[in-house]
Amino acid sequence: MTSGSDGFALRLKGITKIFGGVKALDAVDFEVRAGEVHCLAGENGCGKSTLIKVVTGVYTPESAEEISLFGEAVSTITPVKARAKGVSVIWQDLALFPNMSVAENIAFDTLVGARPRGVPFAKMKAAAAEVLARLGVTLDLDAPLETLPIAQRQVVAIARALLNDARLIFMDEPTASLTQSETDRLLEIVRKLSADGVAVVFVSHRLAEVLDISSRVTVLRDGKLVGVYPTEGMTQARLGELMTGHLLESNVSARDVSGPVVFEAKGLSVPGQFENIDLTIRAGEVVGLTGLIGAGRTELAHAMIGMTRAQGTMRLMGKPYIPGSLRDAIAQGLAYVSEDRLSLGLLQKQSIADNAAISVLPKLLDQFGLISPAKKQALILDWVKRLGIKIGAPENPIATLSGGNQQKVVLAKWLATEPKLLILDSPTVGVDVGARAGIFRIVRDLADQGLAILLISDEASEVLYNADRVLHMAEGRIRESFDPRQTTIQALEAAIYA
Amino acid sequence: MRKLMKNRQIETRIFIALAAICIFLSLATDTFLTSANLTSLLNNSSVNLIWAVGLLVVLIAGGIDISFAVATSVVQYIAAKILIGMGGGNWVLGFIVCGGVGIMLGLINAALIHGFRIISIVVTIATFNAFFGLLMFFTRGRSIYNLPDWWIERIPLYEHQAADGTWSQLMMPVAVMVVCVIATWFLIQRTNLGRQIYAFGDNPEGARRAGVNLALMQGLAFGWCGMMAGIAALMQVNIVQEVVPNALYGRELDVLAATVLGGARLGGGKGTVLGAVLGVMFVAVTQNGLNLLGISPFAFKMIIGAAILIAISTSNMNLGGLFATRKEGAK
Repeated sequence: MTSGSDGFALRLKGITKIFGGVKALDAVDFEVRAGEVHCLAGENGCGKSTLIKVVTGVYTPESAEEISLFGEAVSTITPVKARAKGVSVIWQDLALFPNMSVAENIAFDTLVGARPRGVPFAKMKAAAAEVLARLGVTLDLDAPLETLPIAQRQVVAIARALLNDARLIFMDEPTASLTQSETDRLLEIVRKLSADGVAVVFVSHRLAEVLDISSRVTVLRDGKLVGVYPTEGMTQARLGELMTGHLLESNVSARDVSGPVVFEAKGLSVPGQFENIDLTIRAGEVVGLTGLIGAGRTELAHAMIGMTRAQGTMRLMGKPYIPGSLRDAIAQGLAYVSEDRLSLGLLQKQSIADNAAISVLPKLLDQFGLISPAKKQALILDWVKRLGIKIGAPENPIATLSGGNQQKVVLAKWLATEPKLLILDSPTVGVDVGARAGIFRIVRDLADQGLAILLISDEASEVLYNADRVLHMAEGRIRESFDPRQTTIQALEAAIYA
Repeated sequence: MRKLMKNRQIETRIFIALAAICIFLSLATDTFLTSANLTSLLNNSSVNLIWAVGLLVVLIAGGIDISFAVATSVVQYIAAKILIGMGGGNWVLGFIVCGGVGIMLGLINAALIHGFRIISIVVTIATFNAFFGLLMFFTRGRSIYNLPDWWIERIPLYEHQAADGTWSQLMMPVAVMVVCVIATWFLIQRTNLGRQIYAFGDNPEGARRAGVNLALMQGLAFGWCGMMAGIAALMQVNIVQEVVPNALYGRELDVLAATVLGGARLGGGKGTVLGAVLGVMFVAVTQNGLNLLGISPFAFKMIIGAAILIAISTSNMNLGGLFATRKEGAK
């Protein structure tokens, strides 16, 4: 691998990019050494994506003191020039072609162009196989991409970048939808690339991962450079502070809870999903449920809310509870905030108000049996205030909100049903570190007001710091119960990944 | 072979369905499996097949075209005027004029879709109406019967007289259809442009980021569809020996249905020439069979409708799984 004489894959100095008078990037410096794994960290809206788009030529900066790629100064970057120089981006949505074969996806860029020519299928396949071999991965080259799990598609995207002789690869949230073992495998590939002399810029909300994989981290906040730090000796808490600019609570918040039992399950089983689950949740208690993806956590939640029929007994507020359907469960006082809030929890094109009100429409009727706009408005404004949701106007589409605020709207939607038990399934997937803290503050407040909460998460730190009691689930059974005050993150992670 | 069947599930399925119908009709009637019937089936299907492969390219590119059948009528009328005006012309000029006018009409669709970012169904419904309205306005609904001799002269490729005196003939449009089918297959499977059309239909944003020229893709897809409409115009006249402005009105939906039946997806990125051909032939054989069985033509529409519903609603089911032996304890 060749690299510039100065050993840098990329050097940017004094980059400023302005959108409508707002400085998205304000005199930012950014440099990546050849073969380095470098992390770009910051909250949503801090300028990470803008910076990536400047480097790849999608945006032209208003001013730049220096741009050099592999030791060679360039005046401007265009997408074509960036690719020719070996800069590649693996977007979060991967930008692949689901119906085309793996080989064609990997070698697709060799086909692009207006000049008609034949397709060298054999050559493309050989090239794809060679790149995959370099990554130490075997895939069926003829399989349509859509038949591959998301983790393997990621590998295809990386292979595609390598086929274009990429020497600097940006990865935008590559692990957002991967399980732990898939993430580990991806990080292994990133290390291999780095050893091969390919520089990788890693963007991720998962701070543990960031510290694990990269050697240095550049932190941006509000379009300004906070600093460049070696990851050695850096802690998640410190990095979170640098990103948000204020101290984050990451202390164990567990307390003893002696409220009445809200929910009780005994010997709950769904064949093939989980078996013999005993679970008690008290009023005002936050019970954390963690474990690997596939441990049966979400399946348990589905049984609790009547989406699947389980064997065993459940009691709600002391009375037998047999939910016949989700609607029935809601009526009896359960609320469930799903894992995939974007696709399942919200109607993206509808307004904030309509989204928040959808679960309680019958309560908003006026004397004619029609939806009362006044009642709706009152409901929205109440929850906006109680949860501290930052919105423009309730009429705006939900898609105009940031991930964290969208999550709060989902919460508002369910809290409006006045539940007795709230189930939160992976509430912080895709939410940045500052907004996460906000969500957990709300969770704690709700518990203090007497709500029983089941918090499902695959991040050990999340349940440890925010739950009163942590249950570890594996292979469909609850293995162990931890008191966060008497355990450490290491002990909990050791149990989960054992 | 198993792999081929796995990757071509829809084609395999429709092939099996088509074969089943053919076997049934061969047994149920003594007229279906005769060379006279089969050759006339091919002669009568050639225009539909030419249209179908043109439409297929648009569907793969993620678009839809409602206007192609009416475009064919427009091409017929304009080409008849031009060729008669030139003193008659010949086959070479016929292909050039019809293909050229067809491409132009296709490019109008492409320009509207790409230039104004309007979805293709809206644009082509508009052009469908505009083309047809203009055509009826200028022709005042009058047909043209006085066409150059070369154009309406039947050219048999193969003739055979059976012992009972019935003739079976394969006509020239069949050969043209075969060339169109092969050319379309070559375009979409074997050229970089065709693969970019697939990619564009599959993930437009991904294609854009990869540097695929989207205007070119739209132009190519609708231009190709237009060219096929033009060639279909030339062949249709050769078959019916007249230009009737409203003769083809409404045929577009039959061809669209047959093409979708053959596995082309309205969302783009999916569809094969083999599937399109099988889809058209499935519809043609079914219609032919119902005729031979003496069943009401209204039943035909119903059966095609049912066939499409069955095909679409089972397209996500893995029929292979029904035949495979179940693995015990498999996850």
